[in-house]
Amino acid sequence: MTPSADARPKAVMGTDMRTHLGATQIPNPVLTASGCAAAGRELDPFLDLTALGAVVTKSVQLRARSGRATPRMSETPSGMLNSIGLQGPGIDELLRTDLPWLADRGARAMVSIAGGAVEEYAELATRLRGARGMVALEVNISCPNVESRGEVFACDPAAAWAVLAAVRAADPGVPVYAKLSPDVTDIASVARACVDGGADGISAINTLLGLVVDTDTLRPALAAVTGGLSGPAIRPVALRCVWQIHRAMREIPILGMGGITSGADALQFILAGASAVSVGTAVFGDPNAPERISHELANALASKGFARLSDAVGFAHQSVDFPA
Amino acid sequence: MSRTWGITQAIDLAEAHERMTATMSIPLPPVPKEKRPRPVQVRAKVVGVRVVGAYREFTLHAPGVGVDAQPGQFITLGVGGNSSALLLRRAFALSGVDGDTINVVVATHGPGTRWICDRQLGDVLDLIGPLGRPFPAPPPGGAALLVAGGYGAASFVGLAQRLCAAGHAVAAVLGAATGDRLYAVPEFRALTRVLAVTTEDGSAGRTGRVTDVVPELLPGASVVYACGPMPMLRAVAAQSAAYGLICHVSVEEAMACGIGVCMTCVLPVIGDDGTSRFLRSCVDGPVFEGANVRFDDIGRLPDDLYGAAAMRATR
Repeated sequence: MTPSADARPKAVMGTDMRTHLGATQIPNPVLTASGCAAAGRELDPFLDLTALGAVVTKSVQLRARSGRATPRMSETPSGMLNSIGLQGPGIDELLRTDLPWLADRGARAMVSIAGGAVEEYAELATRLRGARGMVALEVNISCPNVESRGEVFACDPAAAWAVLAAVRAADPGVPVYAKLSPDVTDIASVARACVDGGADGISAINTLLGLVVDTDTLRPALAAVTGGLSGPAIRPVALRCVWQIHRAMREIPILGMGGITSGADALQFILAGASAVSVGTAVFGDPNAPERISHELANALASKGFARLSDAVGFAHQSVDFPA
Repeated sequence: MSRTWGITQAIDLAEAHERMTATMSIPLPPVPKEKRPRPVQVRAKVVGVRVVGAYREFTLHAPGVGVDAQPGQFITLGVGGNSSALLLRRAFALSGVDGDTINVVVATHGPGTRWICDRQLGDVLDLIGPLGRPFPAPPPGGAALLVAGGYGAASFVGLAQRLCAAGHAVAAVLGAATGDRLYAVPEFRALTRVLAVTTEDGSAGRTGRVTDVVPELLPGASVVYACGPMPMLRAVAAQSAAYGLICHVSVEEAMACGIGVCMTCVLPVIGDDGTSRFLRSCVDGPVFEGANVRFDDIGRLPDDLYGAAAMRATR
């Protein structure tokens, strides 16, 4: 089926940008991305945090983590490779300073949690239950910079299910998104396992595992050898993942991310099936990027005649009737 | 407080020094992190380009950036334009401020800095600043020794002016691999009581490195400031410590964001509580007290670092 031009929505003045994280309505579909905005505070001089859909905070763990040795980053064509190793002060500090600061500011927080074991995720969700200003949990089961790469939860549907089921049991009410890795054979089956475990939505995608070799030192550029690749270089991979997940589960909301630097990029994710997007690496080059992109996305949707953002979610699938 | 510092081109330097010393009385206040000027993101127009040896010095019209900026702070520039494949910003020390214009010195390292060096008068750059922790004040009346490697001297021009104006005696050592990689030698000649210049190839000043000269000048100093490559900072910090002097080092670490969100530019630094942490060069630095930087552990994850245990415990 190929929709004719007049099957498309008519032009409208402004577009209703409201969307949802699980059952929670948010006014703007553009969020920051975990690990690319710290806990929001550093971006405050450059944009209105309260206007964003939410600030997605850097993945927090139970204990303080130093992160990895340097060098931690290498710039790549239209991207960057990083291995920070989830440096952060731990859940106590997040609850004591960062979340109250965001809440006092009037910003919504989507809190990313990470752990080395199922029980750690459950304990983090328990600690965060009812935290002021928190609108959703993002469960990071796909950080490529953990010590045992082969044990990344998101690479095994059963392990992914176990983490999401534990988080759901720890906090039955909060909207929960599972953040997935593209480095799997069948991302849709991992997404389905997460939903079966209790996830309300899927965040896609985390970085791709990559490597850069320094031709001056003749060694890997990063101290950790491998790192996570992000930026526009991975955008087509991210879009493919969002497409496949939406194809498999039309009713499950997707927070799409991977190399979004413009409103047109964000629109691609919406059309592929995302109901909200995160802006990550673009923030490093332009700390105002999430705000700029949300304006550009609103304009792009209006110019294509969409009265509501929700009308555009997955729209690109209408023209494709074969299985992905 | 004057909004002009570090700008010495196109004027009689000796006369300017007299005038500055006579008319300006600028103590260097300690700037607590919370009181730092809020950075702004502006479209900055290139209003001056000057070739200085191997470097290019840009004067940029960047309203609001210099208002409360202090020597030691830096700015970042986006590179490559809107469709750039280079996503990350490049950081440059503020070498001077004059009202709405600022000066930076750019050395070509790779495609990003090459792109910047190709900018012409009238071109517009995406600029963020001021960023980072400025140089702390010296002890009252104390003499300062400034030690710079290459374009590291850029962040010292304004500092030297302010120190002179506040009545501090200033000595400087400027070193580089080659003569064309020295920066602001005439300016420092006008501003300092003692100036030593070193080059590794002997093309200017004494043949050797700054660290060959520093021990001769430490006896007259109350505090040392150093800016340059990490091995130089490490050596000067050690020389200063051996002489019982505080050495403020301004580090140049690879940054992705420059504003404290990416955690790329960290260094192992000993805190006031005695605990070592990975601190961000961009917001906790770039100026650190040299004795607190664990130079030997850069590139490693020391066991006693705050949070290191959790790295090992992870599955």
